[in-house]
Parts: sequence; structure tokens; C-alpha cells
Amino acid sequence: MNKISKLLVTILSAIALAFTSVSSSFAKVEGEYIVLGAAVSLTGKYSTNGKHTQNGYNLAVERINSKGGVKVGGKSYKFEIIYYDDESNSKRAAQLAERLIKQDGIKYMLGPYSSGLTKAMAPVTEENKIPMVEANGASRSLFTKGYKYLFAVLSPANQYLEVAIDLAVEKNGGKPVNIAMAFEQDAFSQDVRLGIVDAAKRTGSKITIDDKLPKELNDMAATLAKVKATKPDVLVVSGHSKGALTAIRQIAEMKVDVPMLAMTHCDASKLAKQHGKKSEYALCAAQWHKTLSYKDKFFGNGKKYDKDFTKEYGYAPPYQAAESSAALLVYKDAFERANSFDTEKLRNALAKTEMQTFYGNIKFGSGGQNTAKPMVLFQVRCKGDTCENKVVAPTKWASAKLVHPVPSWSKR
Amino acid sequence: MDYLIFKAPILMVQASMDGILLGILFALIAYGMALQWGVMNIINIAQGDLVIMGGYIAYFMYVAGIHPAFGIIVSPIIMYFVGWGLYKLVINKVVDRDLFISILATFGISILMQQLMNFVFGADVVVAQSNFGTTMLFDNSVTLPNSKIFSAIVSVVFAIFLIIYMKRSKLGRAIRATAQNARAAKILGVDTEKVYAATFGINAALCGVAGALIAITFTLHPYVGLPYTVRSFMIVIIAGLGNLPGVALSGMGLGVFEEFADYILGTEFRIGAVFMLLVLILVYRRFKLSRKREYLK
Repeated sequence: MNKISKLLVTILSAIALAFTSVSSSFAKVEGEYIVLGAAVSLTGKYSTNGKHTQNGYNLAVERINSKGGVKVGGKSYKFEIIYYDDESNSKRAAQLAERLIKQDGIKYMLGPYSSGLTKAMAPVTEENKIPMVEANGASRSLFTKGYKYLFAVLSPANQYLEVAIDLAVEKNGGKPVNIAMAFEQDAFSQDVRLGIVDAAKRTGSKITIDDKLPKELNDMAATLAKVKATKPDVLVVSGHSKGALTAIRQIAEMKVDVPMLAMTHCDASKLAKQHGKKSEYALCAAQWHKTLSYKDKFFGNGKKYDKDFTKEYGYAPPYQAAESSAALLVYKDAFERANSFDTEKLRNALAKTEMQTFYGNIKFGSGGQNTAKPMVLFQVRCKGDTCENKVVAPTKWASAKLVHPVPSWSKR
Repeated sequence: MDYLIFKAPILMVQASMDGILLGILFALIAYGMALQWGVMNIINIAQGDLVIMGGYIAYFMYVAGIHPAFGIIVSPIIMYFVGWGLYKLVINKVVDRDLFISILATFGISILMQQLMNFVFGADVVVAQSNFGTTMLFDNSVTLPNSKIFSAIVSVVFAIFLIIYMKRSKLGRAIRATAQNARAAKILGVDTEKVYAATFGINAALCGVAGALIAITFTLHPYVGLPYTVRSFMIVIIAGLGNLPGVALSGMGLGVFEEFADYILGTEFRIGAVFMLLVLILVYRRFKLSRKREYLK
């Protein structure tokens, strides 16, 4: 009797277990909700940008749901996102990807913040054949691994500052220029560097200084002294917020005169606000700017997005938020074209995406990167003590004329 | 040899000046570390985080509209009490224990401080503007930010003040007595508990000064404390404990060495070069020590 009851319990619990796993494998669509999974950095060193990412996702979910949701098989569904905090830690991000897929039964993923964390999660989603639309991992190496289920709405990192080199050559009367560059030693900045190396080759330009800044370094004095001594035509700097702020501070303090200064992360570091007039004339790469004239029927255009986002969250959206919102628009579009919840069909629909959003055109290349959207360059311009970012390239959207060469420090 | 620094020798002046100014600032942090290491036998992994916290105090003064340079007065006062509180909460439980325990405890404090700062101050990289301007030498070919010169001067003044305080004041003498022999000092009526708390407080105050200086010369972020810990640790290792002029010299020497390594080996190797130097010095020390031992035999 005892044996039989034990056996019964075992069988019953086995059935129960089987049921839970079955029911969780349907958890991707619960009732009228399509559930997406995301790990974002709510604590740790990326928490500011993690929050931008989450706000961008949330605003888009709210907007899509209120405007009729996602139509699949003649029925209207709503988006819902399960979030976990990855603590800005790539190991944790990979664990959470596993957890979202295996435990929560998530079938559709959104990306985390930063290239490093996306790189940690991609192998997991790839192995499980779960599509991931990401908006904050631009590193080129994400798109050269042959991932089939990874789609990025943003332009890859190597494109960030290529435009600046072209611009410098153009201003130099089409003749090659001398380039000095300083990049932090991390995946993203080194990818930006590769883009510059390519652009230099293409234009026949010469790289005179090529410094790789260790991550722990707070001081760029040596690099800038070299720049002063060699007088290049362009100085390119990329090293996240710390690099941007350090560069501007020390360029101003050491009175380094270069005709063109091109950088990344001006937006994220609030460069114009923190350094004011010292940052004037710096050229910055951005994925998006509110003045671009792209349109869609959910957010209208960039300016409307800016207004709605500011109203909801109390601050102007940086491009990290805009691109995150765009990821949801891509999902909606792909679900409706696939007209199915099947991950394979969805993946194929994603691969064929060709659309315009307020954030820009989106079309995925074979590696999953967005090939349809150019980067924009803006220049910091000041009126009195208030400084603003003005788009200067591509010329189609330029709201100000590029100031070139940058006036020397003795004349500022 | 196609090195820029040999083609333009004026760069050597720039590199040396940059190195010295940077080194003096690091030496101030190392000085605090040497002090409490010597007195309490504690290696403080949270040293850099105390520096960053001090920097945030100056930064918030700047945000409130006060010139951040006044941070060198306000920050050490607040940080003294932070250090004192940390001693009473955690450090007093590990002070006469194994060195490993103290490293673990301060490592824990370091993580806690980083997360707290991230929580309270946010994860943005911030700077405070001093608008001190620039000193130009040799027809504008050597430029030194006045904020760095200011930092170096302030560091020297605080170091000298502390040396005099240690020699002349009652507490200073008590601290030195405790460092020499805690048990004997206790027997002779020194309240070592108080001495320890004060030492940790003074160390934190020095970190506060250095932090305020870093706020106006470099950048602040809740997670950038560790490089300052590592650097001050290295300076102390090279100088040895209880060797204050040694700390200043090794700080400046390392600064200059690092700048020259940048020009000759490349920026990517400048920190690596400093660590190689550390290894060489440790090996040399060991070699010397072993010879001494043989002699004693």
C-alpha cells in the first residue's frame, strides 16, 4: 500500500511537472498579451542608460497597446514586458537570458543596454533559437558571428565617426588629412576605431597618433601633448562618458588647437551641460536626433516623441531611449507580417523588415545590423552660456552649418 | 628610433611636469594609506572609494553654487567623521586580526560604498568646474592646467601640516607611539582605541582632500575608486611603511615614469609598465633581503 501510494505521488507529481513545463512554454502569449523578456541595467554602472532603455521600451509598449495593439490571426494582442535587473554585469545578463527563456518561457527577447551585455546574452538566445531585437549593442563583433536571431535597430559602432573623416577630407578640398585618435580599450570604442581606420584607408589619410587608453586611465595629458606637437587635422576621441568629459576638460585646459574634434557619448555624458562653452565646436556622433524628419504613425516624428517622452518621464529622451522604442515598433511590424507566434516565422519576418519609424529607416543586413540608417553628427554650439547640439551632417537634416576649422583657444 | 618625445624634447618637460603634478596628488592618497597601514596594520581596499566620496562632496558644493575648491576644507571635515564611523562600525572588529580579514572587510566596505554612491549620486560621470585657467611655459609649448598645480600645492600643504601635527600634537605622538608598539603604548596610558579611530578618520580626511582635488582635475563616477586604491598601494609598497619622504618621492617617480612610458611604449602600456616596475622592485627587494639573511647566518 505504502509503495503504491508512493508510486502514485511520483506519477502525479510527474504529470504536474509536465503540465507546468507545457503551460510555461505557452507563456509567450498569455491571454491577450504577447510577453517579451528583457534584462536591463537598473543598478550598477550602466543604471542611467539602463533606465533610458527601460523607459524607451515602456513608452512604446504603452503607445502600441493604446493604438490597437498587435494584430495576429485576426485578433488584437497587447505587448507586455518581463524585466529583470542585470546589475550592469554581463555574467548576470547571460544568466537572466537563460532564466527568461527556460523558466519564464519567454519566446521573444529585447536587448539589454551596452554591447558587452548584448554579447553575453546573444549566445543564449541564439542557442535556444529565440529572436532578440536589441537597441543598445552597436559593437561590430555582434554582427560578424553569423547570429541568425539577433537584430539590431542601430547602426554598428564602426559607422559612428566615419562621417567625420569624410567631412574633414571634404573641408580639406578633397585632399587626405592627418588623423590623431585616442580610443579606450573596450569593445565598443575599438570598433569605432576600426571604422576610422577604414575611412583613413578609403580617403588615403594618414593616422599620426593612435593611442589606446587603458580603462583605468583618468588622464589624457600625454595624448593631448602629442596632439599639440604634431598638429593633426582631426582629433577623434571615444571612451564612453568618462572619455568625453576628460577629453574636453583637458583640451580646454591645455589649450589644444585642432581644426576638427570628433567624439562619441556627448549626449550620454551631458557634455554641453557639464562643460558649457569648453565643449563648443565638438562634433558628436549620435544614432538619432529629434530634428530628423522620419515619421511613423505611433509617435509621429522625432519632435513629438521628444515631447511625449519628456511629458511622461520628466527629461528629454537621449538616443538610447529612442532606439529602444524603435525595437518595439519592429516587433509589432514583424508579428503582423508573420501573422503567427511561431518563433521561426517571426524570425524570418524580422529578417525581411523594411520600414520607417520616427527613429529612422530600419532594414537588417545579413549580420542583423541596421543598414538603412545613417549616423548623424551634431556640433555643440553655444549662445551665451547655454549650449546645444545642432545637427550638421548629413546635410539633408542639418540645422546649422559646420564651423570649420574650430577657432583657436586664444580667440575664444 | 622614431619617437616623438626625442624629436620634440620639449615634450620631456611637459611629461615630467605632468607626471610630478599627478604623482603629488597620488602621494597624498598613498600617505593616508601608509599612515593607517603602519598604525593599524590594515590594508584599506576602500581607500579609492573614500576618495571618490570626498570628490562628490566637492561636486555637490559646486552644484549648489559654491566654488568646488572650498571642498578641500569641507570635504575632509565630513570625511573625518565618515572614517571615524566606519572604524566604530566595522574596522574596530578586525583591527588586531589577520591582515587577510581586514582586506576582506575593507573590500566589503568598498563594494557597499560603490553601490551606495551609485544609489545616492547616480551613475553619471560628473565634473566640477574650477575655471582656474592655464599656465603656459616656453612660448606656449608646455601647458599646465592651473587646477593641477593647485592640486599639487594643496597636497603638499596638507602633507606638511600633517607631518608637523604628528610630531608636535599629543594625538600625533600617541599615534606614533601606537604604531611603534601598541601594547606598550596601552600600558603607558594611551587609549589605543581612540588612536585607531582618529587614525582612520585622518586617513579618510586626507582622502576627502584628494577627492575634492580630483573633482576639479579629473572626473567622478561611483565605480572609479579602485585605480586610486591600487595606485596608492603601489606607492606605499615601493616607499615602504613609515617613510613619508619616500611616499612623496615614489609618488612623483611613478607619475613621471608612467608619462614617459606613454611616450615610449605607447598609451596602452603605460599602466602595464608601472606594474612591471612594481614586480621588478619587489624581486629586487627580495633579492636584497635574502642576501641580508645569509649575512646574518
